[in-house]
Amino acid sequence: MKRFTWFNATSLTLGFAFLYLPMVILVIYSFNASKLVTVWAGFSTRWYGELMQNEAFLDAAWVTIKVAVMSSTIATVLGTMAAYLLVRAGRFTGRTLFTGMIYAPLVMPEVITGLSLLLLFIGIGLDRGVLTIVLAHTTFSMCYVSVVVSSRLTSFDRSLEEAALDLGCTPFQAFRLVTLPIIAPAVISGWLLAFTLSLDDLVIASFTSGPAATTLPIKIFSAVRLGVSPEINALSTLMIAVVTVGVIIASLVSKRAAVARARDDAAAARA
Amino acid sequence: MRRLLIAIPYLWLLALFLVPFLIVLKISLSDTALAIPPYTPTIDLSEGWASFRAFLTGLDFENFVWLTEDDLYWKAYLSSLWIAASSTAITLVVGYPIAYAMARSPDEWRATLLMLVILPFWTSFLIRVYAWMGILAQEGLLNQLLLWTGIISEPLTILNTNTAVYIGIVYTYLPFMILPIYAALERMDDSLIEAATDLGCSRMSAFWLVTIPLSKNGIIAGCFLVFIPVIGEFVIPSLLGGSGTLMIGKVLWEEFFNNRDWPVASAVAVILLLILIVPIILFQRNEQRAREMDE
Repeated sequence: MKRFTWFNATSLTLGFAFLYLPMVILVIYSFNASKLVTVWAGFSTRWYGELMQNEAFLDAAWVTIKVAVMSSTIATVLGTMAAYLLVRAGRFTGRTLFTGMIYAPLVMPEVITGLSLLLLFIGIGLDRGVLTIVLAHTTFSMCYVSVVVSSRLTSFDRSLEEAALDLGCTPFQAFRLVTLPIIAPAVISGWLLAFTLSLDDLVIASFTSGPAATTLPIKIFSAVRLGVSPEINALSTLMIAVVTVGVIIASLVSKRAAVARARDDAAAARA
Repeated sequence: MRRLLIAIPYLWLLALFLVPFLIVLKISLSDTALAIPPYTPTIDLSEGWASFRAFLTGLDFENFVWLTEDDLYWKAYLSSLWIAASSTAITLVVGYPIAYAMARSPDEWRATLLMLVILPFWTSFLIRVYAWMGILAQEGLLNQLLLWTGIISEPLTILNTNTAVYIGIVYTYLPFMILPIYAALERMDDSLIEAATDLGCSRMSAFWLVTIPLSKNGIIAGCFLVFIPVIGEFVIPSLLGGSGTLMIGKVLWEEFFNNRDWPVASAVAVILLLILIVPIILFQRNEQRAREMDE
């Protein structure tokens, strides 16, 4: 039985204080009545009110959500296809190039991805706006999705698919009825990852967006460049709250799924 | 069916990953005067070989020569490498004890601790960097605290210096260091430490001779996961750094958005990629070796 030694307890406390204190401070100061962000002048929700009045932020938030939903959905479809190819398609022409193109965007500096996509969009005369951001986000996040999904595909028992095919399924039916339900958790986490990456992205969006479409990170960045602002503190707090609630719900759901699976397995073993 | 399945993601990546990169390469080799926006693509396929030849003779290395002549650029590359290397080392020193303590904590605690390390990943990177601006500012919380405790009598200038950049990097990249080291340590068999101490090792030397070598792959993976992205980092130097902070990601951004010099920005990108290829290949080798050891 392992117990906390004083050394381990200290390093955990200090480590997690370092990771979480800045966020806690940000949240606390978002309720500060003063406009001077470093002086505490009493509790107030004034900045949340002002935030809700700020059309520019609301518009940007809406654009960001639209872009994130579209790009993560397309990226999940493409990424799952790519993962299937990597794990199941065997040899095909240009496989090495394909594998390279899946892994390269993961390590490519964002400034380069952004610059290169912008030059492409200008080269083909595509006006920059929501569409170009969606294309850009889909491209890098499909690679993340395919990494997540392919690790699940590698670990599952291929004979299940073969059995479905032997029993008369077409390859597409076998995928839909057997493979997809099994890899579904990985596909969902891939979607979530793609969604967060898109919500979060500043650099690539800055290169690929036009004046018609500004995303929230671009807006936040241009506001905080000049210094700390209480409205941004309020906005950050809302974003942190959404993420925290989301992660807690996701972990509860996956815990319940694990319990249900364990029960099913036990029932199957008895039968 | 199979062809279609292969074609869709393949063509997508060709069109939106490979082709854009070739365009960057091309623009980095084209004449500054011609390529100032809007640049015109010079290959005209309808004219076939003649235009291809004209295209090839039109290429020049002027922009790359320019990069070597102006010392801003090579200083920025060197300083990015230096900042990336030293902040990786600091992150390792900060992250290792946390990963170690997580791996040594009671079983029922581990899932929670792991979730607490992963949670910041899901929070906006921009917000995590921004959070430090209020803390490190001249009249910020850290200075208030230090003044109040009497450690200092004058507020320190931290924001807009390289120190703030280091703090920002260590803070945002810490989970990337902790997770692979934790994964390596968690699989370690504790009886090895007992064996080492039984055989006369002090606890300290058992740590250096047994624990560290066994977590080597995790340490290497963590270091690369921090080092590689930090080289091209833009958000941290531009929010926390000052005018003296030279990092190549920021230089590229300014070259593009402020100076609107696309060919030079493209040349900066090409060199940055060439610099990154070495650590990326080393990282891949390490991952492969780790996988082979598992099997």
